[in-house]
Amino acid sequence: MEKLKKYGCRGLTYLVLIIAAFLSIFPCYWMFIGATNTSRDVTSGRVLPGTALAENLRNLFDTYPIGTALINSIIIAGAIVVLSLLVTSLAAYGFEKFRTKISEKVYTIYLVGMMIPTAAMMIPLYRMMGTFGLVNNRLSVIFPAISSIFLIFFFRQSFKTLPNAILESARIDGSSELHTFLYIVFPSMRATYAAAGIYAFMTSWNSYMWPMIVLQTDSQKTITLVVSKIASSSYVADYGIQMAGLAVATLPMLVVFLVLQRSFVEGMTGSVKG
Amino acid sequence: MRTDLRKKLRRERWINFSSIAIILTCVFMLYPIVYSIFLSLHSHKGLTSTFVGPNNFVRLVKDTIFWQSLGNSFIFLIIQVPIMLVLGLLLAYLLQSDYIKGKGFFRMALFLPCVTSLVAYSIVFKALFQVDGLINNCLLALHIIQAPIHWLTDAFWAKAAIIIALCWRWTGYNTMFYIAGMQNIPRDTLEAARIDGANRFQEFFRVVVPQLKSMIVFTSITSTIGTIQLFDEVMNLTQGGPSNGTMTVSMYIYNHSFKYSSNFGYSAAMSWVVVLIIAVLSLIQLRVTRDKEG
Repeated sequence: MEKLKKYGCRGLTYLVLIIAAFLSIFPCYWMFIGATNTSRDVTSGRVLPGTALAENLRNLFDTYPIGTALINSIIIAGAIVVLSLLVTSLAAYGFEKFRTKISEKVYTIYLVGMMIPTAAMMIPLYRMMGTFGLVNNRLSVIFPAISSIFLIFFFRQSFKTLPNAILESARIDGSSELHTFLYIVFPSMRATYAAAGIYAFMTSWNSYMWPMIVLQTDSQKTITLVVSKIASSSYVADYGIQMAGLAVATLPMLVVFLVLQRSFVEGMTGSVKG
Repeated sequence: MRTDLRKKLRRERWINFSSIAIILTCVFMLYPIVYSIFLSLHSHKGLTSTFVGPNNFVRLVKDTIFWQSLGNSFIFLIIQVPIMLVLGLLLAYLLQSDYIKGKGFFRMALFLPCVTSLVAYSIVFKALFQVDGLINNCLLALHIIQAPIHWLTDAFWAKAAIIIALCWRWTGYNTMFYIAGMQNIPRDTLEAARIDGANRFQEFFRVVVPQLKSMIVFTSITSTIGTIQLFDEVMNLTQGGPSNGTMTVSMYIYNHSFKYSSNFGYSAAMSWVVVLIIAVLSLIQLRVTRDKEG
């Protein structure tokens, strides 16, 4: 009876997890399948791959500025990842390793700032960009995203685990602070930077509200915006094309995630400790 | 005096590292926040604005659609967040069981929805929730329903569709946090519970959940903030319809800023009401959990 209970429990656990995994994966799977089917097949609920992929892709690229949108997304995401990782990790390092009363107060203000809803800032930010003449310019998406409070928080939590002894010995050896940071701190936190990089890339690639507000012509729009427009503007929905568009928009993100996911989960779970 | 100040600044060595970030934040966050307070006291028509003092806020009180959006946001909040957090806890607990093989696969599978863009999954779910879509077909085939549900054209079912989509997207996210939290629970605590004869239920409720308290509070507050600001999903799944049945405050603010008459002052006023609500809710959540510890 005990054995039955034990194996029953295990079986139930596996069942729940398998169902959860299936439900999680299915919509993504369905999206990619949908890209290979014609619109009629998609609506009838077909779950097997079809042969319409080339046709859908051709229609997609012919009707909508997908190529431009992809390039825009890549430029913006790339710039944001590089710049924000640099700026936020430096800031977090400053907050963590050179703690003073004032710095702690500033940091607390930062944390409170995380709670401000983006909606409250969109409007004045938009007016500001208008004054700078940056409306409909990729820079207006890049600049506000660099100093990400979440990343500063994330990096600071990770830097807490960095032993001060290493930094001390570097200082004694005569290394300047910047030198210490670049050659000692940075190499030893690779997993953290990988995780932060994925997060920054993901947030930037998928961001919707602000780019929608500030990027107005098709030549500047990101792929996320273009794909959203496809789904909402057609009179007769062609689901094959929609799914193909989504697949194209999701693929880069998916690739980045699958390749680096191990260090991502490690970095995320590792930094939240303590 | 001058050298005094210089000395003081030199002692704050963190400034060397943090200054760039701080300047950027001041420009792109602090200034807009202050400016939006200023905006909320004005009424805008096109490019001209007139000072109206608190009139925007008075107008808010009478704005039925605003209250409807607020109500919708609250419905999403009260129903979706608890379901998602409980599911997340459950899944994290099951996934952490010692005997599970293939943890990596399950983690990846559960986290996959979080990698999809909000826009993408909203569009996918919109297709799935069509009257003649896959979900209705499955439900009909399994004889769970007799007639197809009008997911997107009925105010009630549209809300349900959004809640289901949100759960799909965000449960895995919270599961990861709980897994991280559970990895911090010392083995001895679990061992002791097991030796004392606790079964899985008791172990879960009496040992694991209390240890995860700070993590639960964290996910609860961040989920609350996120759900109140719901925008991308409603914009792409239901466009706030039918008849404002799924309209959220963020979308209403957006509409007022960029779709209707571009009355920035009014939308700024709305944003501040939202900020206030979020602050109050977060404080309540912190207070409630702190009391329990007392």
